[in-house]
Amino acid sequence: MSSSENTASLYSQKSWRDHLNAFGPVIGLVVVYGIFLLVAPSSFHSLYNTKTFMTQAVIYGIGAMGMTFVIISGGIDLSVGSLIALGSVVTAMILRTAGAEEIGLMLPILASLSAVVACALCGMLSGALVSYMRIVPFIVTLGMMQITRGVAKGLAGQTAVNTSDNWLGSMMVIEPQVGKWYSVAPGLWVMVVLLIFMTILLRRTAFGRYVCALGSNEATARLCGINVSIQRIWVYTLCGALTGCASVMQYASLSLGDPTAAVGMELDIIAAVVIGGGSLNGGEGSVAGSLVGAIIMAILRNGCVLVGIPNYVQNIVIGTIIVAAVGIDRLRHKSN
Amino acid sequence: MHSSTDSPSILELRDICKSFGATRALHEVSLSVRVGEIHALLGENGAGKSTLMKVLSGAHQADSGEIVYKGEPVRIESPAAGRALGIAMIYQELTLAPHLTVEENMTLGLERSQWGFLQSDRDKVRDALTVLGHPDLPLNTPVNKLNIGLQQVIEIGRALVCEADVIIMDEPTSSLTEADTKSLFKTIERLKKAGISVIYISHFLEEVMEIADRFTAIRDGESVGSGEIDTTTITDIIELMIGRSLDEMFPRSDHAFGKTKLVVQGLTGTPQPQDVHFEVRAGEVFGIAGLVGAGRSETLRAIFGLDRSQSGSMHLGDDSTSISIHSMNPRKALKNQLDFLSEDRKEEGLATSMTIGENTTLSTLSRFIRIKGTGLINHAREDKHSSRWIHELRIKCVGPNQLVDDLSGGNQQKVALARMLEQDADVLLLDEPTRGIDVGSKVEIYTLIDQLAQRGKAIIFVSSYLPELFGVCDTIAVMSRGRMSAKRPVNEWTPHSVMEAATSGHEIPEECLSS
Repeated sequence: MSSSENTASLYSQKSWRDHLNAFGPVIGLVVVYGIFLLVAPSSFHSLYNTKTFMTQAVIYGIGAMGMTFVIISGGIDLSVGSLIALGSVVTAMILRTAGAEEIGLMLPILASLSAVVACALCGMLSGALVSYMRIVPFIVTLGMMQITRGVAKGLAGQTAVNTSDNWLGSMMVIEPQVGKWYSVAPGLWVMVVLLIFMTILLRRTAFGRYVCALGSNEATARLCGINVSIQRIWVYTLCGALTGCASVMQYASLSLGDPTAAVGMELDIIAAVVIGGGSLNGGEGSVAGSLVGAIIMAILRNGCVLVGIPNYVQNIVIGTIIVAAVGIDRLRHKSN
Repeated sequence: MHSSTDSPSILELRDICKSFGATRALHEVSLSVRVGEIHALLGENGAGKSTLMKVLSGAHQADSGEIVYKGEPVRIESPAAGRALGIAMIYQELTLAPHLTVEENMTLGLERSQWGFLQSDRDKVRDALTVLGHPDLPLNTPVNKLNIGLQQVIEIGRALVCEADVIIMDEPTSSLTEADTKSLFKTIERLKKAGISVIYISHFLEEVMEIADRFTAIRDGESVGSGEIDTTTITDIIELMIGRSLDEMFPRSDHAFGKTKLVVQGLTGTPQPQDVHFEVRAGEVFGIAGLVGAGRSETLRAIFGLDRSQSGSMHLGDDSTSISIHSMNPRKALKNQLDFLSEDRKEEGLATSMTIGENTTLSTLSRFIRIKGTGLINHAREDKHSSRWIHELRIKCVGPNQLVDDLSGGNQQKVALARMLEQDADVLLLDEPTRGIDVGSKVEIYTLIDQLAQRGKAIIFVSSYLPELFGVCDTIAVMSRGRMSAKRPVNEWTPHSVMEAATSGHEIPEECLSS
C-alpha cells in the first residue's frame, strides 16, 4: 500500500517536470526577449520590430518544422540549406519564363509548387538512399548538400536569377498595410497554417506515431510490422517539401533566386530544432518547440543588431546558446 | 563487538535507510557478510538490491544507518573510495575497454609511472589470474579477442589487482552460456578459498542454491530474512521474496489441443537454424529448450521474418498453401496471425521513450484510425484499450500516458505482452518472456500463458530456464547447434535428458539414461 502511494507521488512529480520540459523552449524565449528588453534600445519592443523578427523567423521556422520530423525519426538532413537555394532558383526561373505583365496569379503558384516538388524529390532521394543503400543519413545528406548546391548554381548559370514584380514578392513584406497593427507578412500566416498542420500530423496521425517509434526504437517499429524503409522515405520527403516552402519564402524575401543563398542555414535550422527540445538521438521533439527555437534565433540576430553587438559576437552568443540548450537538456534527462 | 556467529564478519550494513524524494528505497536494511563467504542478495526487481549495493560501493550515500568494514565504521563517499577500501563492484554489463590488452585492462586506473613511463605490473596481474585459475592467459591479448566468460574473468581480476576483500557481482551469469557459468562458479570458489567475500546478486535461484553459503532477502526496501542456504529451500526463498505463500509457482490447467496452427518445414538460416521441422496445435504450449547459441531465438526470428533465412516453408492456420519463410517480414507475419515477443525488451521489444499506450497499440494502430485514409488516431479509443490491458495485466503505473522507461522490468514486459494481447494473433512466439523480471511477475506471466492456451492460442515458448519449461509447456523439443530434436510430451522428458540432448546434439532415448 505504502509503496504504491510512493510511486504515485513519484510520478506526479514527474508529470510536473514534464510540463516544465514542454515549456522549456518558451521559458528560453521569454528569457532571451527579457534580456533584450533590458539592454536593447526601445525600438526593440516596438510592434514593428516584433513583426520584423517574426518575419525573419519564417524561413528558419518552416525549415525547422520539416527538420523536426527528420530529427524525431533519428536522422538528420544537412542538405536543407542547399535545397533552399535550389528551390529559390527553381521558383525564379519559372517566373522568368513570363514577361512582367503576364505573370498573373497562377504562374507564382506553379512556381512555388515546382520548388516544393523539386525539394521533396531531393528529400525522397536522400530517404531512399538511407533506407535502401543503408548509408547513414549524415553522409547521404552531406553529399546531397553538395549535389543540390551544384545543381542550383548550374541552373542559375552561377548568378542570381532576377524576376519581374509579382505577388509572391509580397509574402515577406513586414507590414503590407503600413501602420495597421493587424497587418503582418503573409508568409507568417503560411507558417502558422503549417504549424497547425504539422502538429496534427505529428501528434494525431498514425504517420506521426510511426515517426516517433522509428526514432525511439527502430527495432521495435520493425517488430510491430511498420514498414520502416517506406516511413523513413516519407519523413525525408516531407522535410524536403517543407524546405521547398521555406525556399519560396527565401525567394520572396529578395524577389530573386540566389544559388549562393542560405549557405550553412541547415545548421541554424538543426540548432532551432535542438533548442526547441529535439533530441539528436531521435524520439523527442515538437513542431511548436522547433518553431520557438527558430524565433529565439531570430530575436538573437535582431536584438544583437539593434544593440550594436558586432557580428562576431553574435556568432559567439548563438553558439553558446546552442551548447547551453543541449547542456540543459542533458541535465534534465539525467535528473529524470 | 560485532561478531554474531562462528566466523567473523568482514562487512556489516546496519539499518541502512535511503529515500529518493518521496520514494523510500531502503528502510532499515541490514546485511552481514562473513570473511570468505558467498552471500546471495535476493529480491524482486525494484526491491532495493541495486540501491543497497550502490550505497555499499559508494555510488549513493545512505540517509542513515552505518557500514562497518573490518570492524571499523566507515563512510564510503564515492566508488573510488569504495575500491580503495577493498569493496569492488562488478556490474552486469562488463566495463572493459575492448581494444586494450588483458594487462592494460586489469591495471586501468592503477598504473604506476616513473619519469612518465609506465611501470609494468605484470607480477600482480599474473598473481590475480593465477588465483582465478587462468595462469597462462596471454597478457598482451586485446580483450575483445576473448570470449565473454574470459572477459568476466578479467573484470574480476581487476578487482583482485585492486586488492579487494569484498566483490559484489550483479547478475553475473545473465549473459553467460552454461559452460561459462560453470567456470564462473569455479572462479567464485577460488575467490572464496583465497578468503575473499562475494556478494552475489542473481535472479536464478537454482544458481544461488548451488553457489551461495548464506542469503539475505529484501522486499520493498526492507530486509525480510537471511539464513544458511543449506537449511533453506527455493520455495522458502521465493515466498520470502514475494511476501506471499506460493502454493503453485506454475499454475497450469489441462489444455485441449485443436487444429494445427503452424507447420514449419526445413527451416535453415545462416548459420542457424539447421533444417528445423515442427508443428504446433491450437491450445498447445510448445517449449524449445537448449543452450544459449543453440539457434532457438534464430528459429523464432526467422519464422517472424526478423532475420533472413535461407530456405524453409510453413503453413499457417487452416490455410493449406505453403509460405516461403525466406520471404517473411514482420508485417506479413502479423497479418498471418503470427506474433513475436522479443527476448530483449529494451533494445528491441519496446520503444521505451514512448508511453505505455503508444507501445500497446503500435502494431495495431490501423484499428484506431478515426476516418479511413486520414490517418487520424482515435485517442480516446486507444486509451480505453490500453487502460483495459493495464488493468487486466496489473501493470503498476499511473496510466496509459506514462513512459515505459519509468516502469520496472516486470511491468515493461507486461506492456510488451499487452501489445501481443491487443494484436490477438493465433500463434504466439515467446522468446525468453520471463528474462530478468521479478518472481511475482513471472507467476503472472505463467498464468497468462496458461489462459492463452485455454483460449486456443498456439504458443511457442523459448526459455533457458528448465524449471519454467517443465512447469509451463505441454510439449518440449531441444535444440543443439542449430538442430532440433523431435517434439515430445513434457512428461517424457527429464531435466537430465533435456540437458543431454542440449549438450550432445543427439537425442538420447529415455531408457538409455542412467539416473
